[in-house]
Amino acid sequence: MTTIIGAWIAAALTLFIFSFLYKDNPFYKLAEHIFVGVSAGYWVVYEVRNVVIPNMIEPVSQGRYIYIVSGIMGLMMLTRVLPKIGWLSRWAIAFTVGMTSGYFLVTYLQSHALEQVRATLLPLNSPNNILIIVGVLTALIYFFFSKEHKGVFGKTAKVGIWFLMIAFGASFGYTVMARVSLLIGRMHFLLSDWLRLID
Amino acid sequence: MRRQVPLVITFVAGMLMIISYFIPRQPFGGLQNLFNQWFIVIVAFALILGALNLIKVNAEKIRRKRPGWGYSAVLLITFTVTVISGLFWGMEQETVFGFIFRNMFVPLGATMFSLLAFFIASASYRAFRARTIEAALLLIAAILVMLGRVPLGSYIWRQFPMLANWIMAFPNMAGQRAIMIGIALGTVSISLRIILGIERSYLGGGE
Amino acid sequence: MNLFDRLKNIDRRTIFVLIALSVLIPLFVPIKLRIHVSPPAQGLYDAIDRLPPGSNVLMAFDYGPSTMPEVYPMTLAILRHVFSKDLKVIAMALWPEGASIAQDAFKTVAEDEFHKLYGVDYINLGFKAGGLVVIQAMGTSIPAIFPTDQAGRPVEEFPIMKKVKNFDEIEMIVDLSAGDPGIRHWVMIAQARYQKKVGGGCTAVSAPAFYPYLQTGQLVGLLGGLMGAAEYEALVKHPGSAIKAMPSQALSHAVIIILILIGNITFFVERRRSRKQG
Repeated sequence: MTTIIGAWIAAALTLFIFSFLYKDNPFYKLAEHIFVGVSAGYWVVYEVRNVVIPNMIEPVSQGRYIYIVSGIMGLMMLTRVLPKIGWLSRWAIAFTVGMTSGYFLVTYLQSHALEQVRATLLPLNSPNNILIIVGVLTALIYFFFSKEHKGVFGKTAKVGIWFLMIAFGASFGYTVMARVSLLIGRMHFLLSDWLRLID
Repeated sequence: MRRQVPLVITFVAGMLMIISYFIPRQPFGGLQNLFNQWFIVIVAFALILGALNLIKVNAEKIRRKRPGWGYSAVLLITFTVTVISGLFWGMEQETVFGFIFRNMFVPLGATMFSLLAFFIASASYRAFRARTIEAALLLIAAILVMLGRVPLGSYIWRQFPMLANWIMAFPNMAGQRAIMIGIALGTVSISLRIILGIERSYLGGGE
Repeated sequence: MNLFDRLKNIDRRTIFVLIALSVLIPLFVPIKLRIHVSPPAQGLYDAIDRLPPGSNVLMAFDYGPSTMPEVYPMTLAILRHVFSKDLKVIAMALWPEGASIAQDAFKTVAEDEFHKLYGVDYINLGFKAGGLVVIQAMGTSIPAIFPTDQAGRPVEEFPIMKKVKNFDEIEMIVDLSAGDPGIRHWVMIAQARYQKKVGGGCTAVSAPAFYPYLQTGQLVGLLGGLMGAAEYEALVKHPGSAIKAMPSQALSHAVIIILILIGNITFFVERRRSRKQG
């Protein structure tokens, strides 16, 4: 019974959202606000039950008092909604931004810069290897040199743009693929789980 | 106090992460573990802060009876029901929370983004023009990938999937790698500026 | 209005109807299409296939409802492969929604199809906030950062977690990703720092940007979007919703390509006309 009720609620909400294709209307707005309410509620439940309780409240209740610091900093974060003491939230923000920056500095350098450069230094023994080297080098030249793009330099940068355009084209093709897939998913739900017209 | 302390915290937290990456021994390793534990709780509070802001804005809208306040009421009701059901009766599949997730959250989230299929089709027809060589390259790559990465391509020409795979693995990969290196160097420099206190915009304005 | 003008100004709503039909009609007419398996999909399959039975596979559910039609079918296909090889699955999520999705996926594959035991063959550790930092913390101690499972029970109660300390006891990481935090962060920490084997599946939108990781070997394999899911379904010989969706996917791509071509042809004809006149 709950499955059938659930399918009807899900189908109604799906159709409410699709009604936006005709024009913006109260059904769409209703569904949109339900979505925001439900998703915010969902996040709060998970943050509390999967993070705050096991990683802060339980260790503190077991006597590991050092964990209370995260609770205090967390509460500082919440002061953001109170204009008078909102500045306290900066301490917590500073902590998270500092840590993230520290991690990003080393990890991006290692896995996204050095490793990528290393993997580009290929022997010039196949057309594909040459293509990779030329593509990466010319696109980097286009990115990094703010000098006017003229002469040999300009032509090299132009080749770089071509590689970037192919990459953007591939990304566009994949984006179309993704959006269509999501639509198929919803149509399949309506025809199968709700109307039971197909398997 | 309001500006200097956060800058010191950022510096200490950032430097500790860098040092402990290379020297994971004590005291750095132990401190890093502790900081990691604190971090995830603080980030959870940041997300709770987002929810608090949402309540504040919508409650204000209802109180002042601004246009569309009824929708804000719906938002707060669904928020409250979800939170209460999840916090008091658990998150298992057969609970109210599980029901809300499967029959409301999932269809709403999935359908919202599936609308983009219609808009991307309409936009492709209207705006995707091969005006220049660069635009033509973009368009050709897109079409070849769209044909080659679905079963359709292989019925037109057997080698289509291989061609699409080649575009992805070589020219696309080269372009993406240049972007990746560019972003990495940008991230490294901005991270360094933040840790050293040169970049301070994340602290917001005011005293 | 002549044909040229009509093709030049196709109404938005006509396009919407065309797209809807191109998705709907093939769903009613099941056609079996050839699925060509791409090297990244084969790479992921081979890497999982080579793991000795009993190995621990860490599966990260880093996606939400908005991308479920793409990533959920690959989740089911990978789980089928993993359980058929008698591997053990430790699931976790860097996105809160992922923890609930893992519940549903385990119910379908682990419980109903393979009759696996919770806590022995698989476990759902739930969600942790913090993305990259969570992964870093797992490198030191998984039970320290995940002291309980998703439902709040202490992890030491479960046999599957008895010997798991950190990444040393994990043979492979499979990330199912729809953005950040996701594959990027697993590569940055688990692969780059801890030299773990990382593979995964992601939305088609993010797939092209991960190709550099395939060439470096930072990723052992990758499934991109619904097509990636269909490839994996074909590899595990268990056709599911992704393979069923391929005719719709193919027809709607054809419609969009035709629309792009019409847009361009009318544009060039128009341009030539105005040049002649000018």
